[in-house]
Amino acid sequence: MHESHALSPIEHTATGLDNRKLFMWLFLASDCFFFGSFIATYMLYRGRSLEGPYPADLYDIPFTSVSSFVLLMSSLTMVLALAAIQQGNIRQCRIWLLTTALLGMTFLGGQVFEFTEFYHAGLGLSTNLFGTSFFVLTGFHGTHVGIGVLVLLSLYFMAARGRLTQAHSLNVELAGLYWHFVDVVWIVIFTLVYLIP
Amino acid sequence: MNETRTAVAEDIHHETYAAGAGVEHAHPGVGQYVRIALILGAITAVEVAIYYFDLNRATLIGTLLVLSSIKFFMVAAFFMHLKFDNKLFTTLFVGGLIMTALAFIAVLAMFRVFT
Repeated sequence: MHESHALSPIEHTATGLDNRKLFMWLFLASDCFFFGSFIATYMLYRGRSLEGPYPADLYDIPFTSVSSFVLLMSSLTMVLALAAIQQGNIRQCRIWLLTTALLGMTFLGGQVFEFTEFYHAGLGLSTNLFGTSFFVLTGFHGTHVGIGVLVLLSLYFMAARGRLTQAHSLNVELAGLYWHFVDVVWIVIFTLVYLIP
Repeated sequence: MNETRTAVAEDIHHETYAAGAGVEHAHPGVGQYVRIALILGAITAVEVAIYYFDLNRATLIGTLLVLSSIKFFMVAAFFMHLKFDNKLFTTLFVGGLIMTALAFIAVLAMFRVFT
């Protein structure tokens, strides 16, 4: 019977866990602080700008909803890539990795478009408290997405060259953890920044 | 060495492996991942829909926070595999979240947002 996935061996470490995976989770816990501070700043400055433009003047909720959906689906394709490589299906893994990267780039394209629209409407980094807190928060999130896309494309090209095998499934898993975290942060940002009035 | 295992033998193999410290349990299948993604998409659609409803502020905010929390924990539990992995990973991540939430509340309180 075909195994659902490759089971991880017990590591010869103090915890029995792979140190790289442990480190990734520690990094993600610290990244919570990183984004938490920017979100707190945004919430703090909400409604305190002395002059516009203001969020209600600029936000296009339907457009951002589509962006959010794209990023959410990229989490699905990412986990399918992991499932594929754990089953030893490198070709499927390659396809899902590329799909995830493309969805990530689509999300980034949406962010660039949104930032450009906001800028043309008169909102810059130093225009008002809203501009500062919004662009720093979403800009750093976009940077995280960009780094994630580069990692995914690197894994894709490694797989294309035959250098990513089932034995390297942890590499895909670590990239997946990072990618899902980026998605989870956007879930929080979309709700607190865009939807909550 | 490739082994062909029956379903029973595979369960025994999972249990034997799980008896060691820090070993992962079996993960969801492709079908379950797709179902979870569809649920997440549906919740997002509901969030956007209620944004346009004429709800009072407290109800709207409460509902949005609950829905986004559900999405957050579903992604963490199923896509990030926290539900199936060693509990130390959950402890680390949840610990980070709790400390972030406390710092978040402290910053807002420091600037008298709650008064």
